[in-house]
Amino acid sequence: MTPAFLHDQHAMLAEWKIYLESKLKRPVVFVQRDSYRETMDLIQKDALDFAWLCDYPYLVLGSEVRLLSVASYKGKPAYQSYLIVPSSDTQSKSIADLKGKVFAYADPHSNTGYVVPRYLLKKAGKDASTFFRRTFFTWSHHKAVQAVASGLAQGAAVDSYVWETLQRVNPALVAKTRVIWKSPEYGFPPIVAQHKVGSKDFAEFQTVLFNMHRDPAGRALLEKLNLDGFVGGSPRMYQEVVEMMRVLGDS
Amino acid sequence: MLFNLSLRYKLPIWGSLLIVVTALVLTTSLMAQAWDNLRRDTLKSAEDLGRTMARPLFTALLHDDVWRAYETVSLPLAANKESELAKSLLVLDADGNVYVSSDPELHPVLTDLDVLGSDYKELKQRLADGSDSAPVILDRSDIPHIFVALPIANDSIRLGTLIVAYDKELLWQRFSLLIERAVWITLLVLAVLLPINWYWGGRMVAPLRLVTRRLSRIGSGDLANLEPGLYPYRDEIGQLYVAYDQMAGELREKVALKQEVIKTERMAAVGRLTASIAHEINNPLGGMLNAISTLKRYGQPDPQTQKTIALLERGLSQIRETVAALLVEAKVKTRPLTRQDIEDVRVLVAPMANKTKAMVDWQIDLPESLALPSTLIRQVLINLAFNAIQAAGNGGKVNVKLGLESGAFRLCIENDGKLLSEEQRESLFEPFSRFSEHGHGLGLWICYQIVTQLDGEIGAETFEGLTRFCVSLPLEHEIATR
Repeated sequence: MTPAFLHDQHAMLAEWKIYLESKLKRPVVFVQRDSYRETMDLIQKDALDFAWLCDYPYLVLGSEVRLLSVASYKGKPAYQSYLIVPSSDTQSKSIADLKGKVFAYADPHSNTGYVVPRYLLKKAGKDASTFFRRTFFTWSHHKAVQAVASGLAQGAAVDSYVWETLQRVNPALVAKTRVIWKSPEYGFPPIVAQHKVGSKDFAEFQTVLFNMHRDPAGRALLEKLNLDGFVGGSPRMYQEVVEMMRVLGDS
Repeated sequence: MLFNLSLRYKLPIWGSLLIVVTALVLTTSLMAQAWDNLRRDTLKSAEDLGRTMARPLFTALLHDDVWRAYETVSLPLAANKESELAKSLLVLDADGNVYVSSDPELHPVLTDLDVLGSDYKELKQRLADGSDSAPVILDRSDIPHIFVALPIANDSIRLGTLIVAYDKELLWQRFSLLIERAVWITLLVLAVLLPINWYWGGRMVAPLRLVTRRLSRIGSGDLANLEPGLYPYRDEIGQLYVAYDQMAGELREKVALKQEVIKTERMAAVGRLTASIAHEINNPLGGMLNAISTLKRYGQPDPQTQKTIALLERGLSQIRETVAALLVEAKVKTRPLTRQDIEDVRVLVAPMANKTKAMVDWQIDLPESLALPSTLIRQVLINLAFNAIQAAGNGGKVNVKLGLESGAFRLCIENDGKLLSEEQRESLFEPFSRFSEHGHGLGLWICYQIVTQLDGEIGAETFEGLTRFCVSLPLEHEIATR
């Protein structure tokens, strides 16, 4: 589990674990890490079978993982990057207005929280390392929203799915932030299988996820996750991200 | 004027004043102590907090992890909204600019301390002057904050400074809550103590007020003792009561004595006057009676003259009887008093008692013979008994007691008739008493003369509805026997 979704909703995760155990008829262990890098390390060390990653780590890991499923959010397996500022800042309209300010990134391996804003600056011909007066990582989208809400940062780029889910879970926090720009849509953060996972286990888990929306317990969990369900995906969905990484020279 | 007030008010007022002053002084000193403690506790907790946080902050600064530093400094404030208002935590980087703050809106990242206000400017100056290891405390009365600044350092490498800032306004607010509570407690204590003090003052002064009132009434002749048991204690007030009673008693005796002396002197004067007039009348009277006797014996008066002479003789005889009654002479020769004399008087008195249907009870406890002049005692006894029977009236009761008491002859006659009035008692033993309903009003006068001439005492008193005349005569009186 990574901060690609609200992975600190522990009660919901405990319910999901019980649900999966009853469907898969085997023990399930959720391994939570606060940065993508740690989760990626665990995959590379064969310590994990499945992981919910962000687009960027998925692409970085390449052949070490296989795409298992993608969540469907608001009718399609896609999400955006939102550029947010404190709601007290009523002037800023685009990233250009944030010049010389303090900016919070989510994670160095986050697509919407790190790649997108830097790509945006690059396209505008700005140097991301000097454009802001100061930048820092909060290691999750949730915390990036907190950083902007508290006034610690004057801007941040966050996952649209996390921001909108937070709007339901913690509306007071989200109300202190304002979205000034929305990115194009990218493929939703994927659930992947480590390359050594057998095809039987792969198919079994995939089936359980695909059918979650078909039974009440699964629907209740999806409701809490603020998702429609899980669907199949393809690496092509992440082409735009690959392109951005190429432009930034990160690949 | 306050100093002329009654002690009933003065005492409680002074007491209340003392209580209020004590309460104020105590409350004020406790409050000063409380403020000092609150301030010291605040500084202490600030320093403790700073020391606890400096370690994780060192790591955050070392890794240049703004978010972790922010999470660290907001941690102690997240749980308690009130303390969040009271203080803020501020991390300065090595250059002295804001690295992170628990309140980023107030202290934005990378701000110079100079732009945060004059007190922060002052703090910056102090930090520049201060040593590297010791905490810098800035608590001046003219600045709105209390600052405690601690180095974020490890192994003598200093990465920044942690500032714990307290808003004094909020410290005052907390203190004013303390004050409010103290004021209420003080008022409560006063509400209990002041009425007790008022009551106590009243109780203390009440006996003094009573004795003062009684003393001021002495002039108008009220000399009664204080009610016994009014103040049973032996303190100064108790002693004052005893002294007052003694004084009142002595004054009463003095007044009584004075009245007695006046009465005795008046009686003596009346006696002398009466005696001299009687003597002056007696001499020519004797001559006149002799002349009439001679005229009756030797003259041959016509019937008309005889009638006139008889008239004159009767008139002169009446004058002689009256004068004889006035001239009580105790030094007549007589025999000692015997029981038979008393019996004689009983017989003499009985017809009169029968006539008025009064009951006369005799209690005689006397020896056979007493060294007292019998004629005079009989006279006194008869006079007093007649008076008593008359006063007792129809169906009344008369007690006659005769006896010896501590070496003296004592005679008491009491009746249950109409009591003596104050006026009657005043001039009881004077001759020609205007209160006498029968006779010439010389009966008591004669008694008085006899008793005083025998060095005895005669007196009248009324009690329990009885009027009592008492005579006491010393027995060692020498009798001129016949």
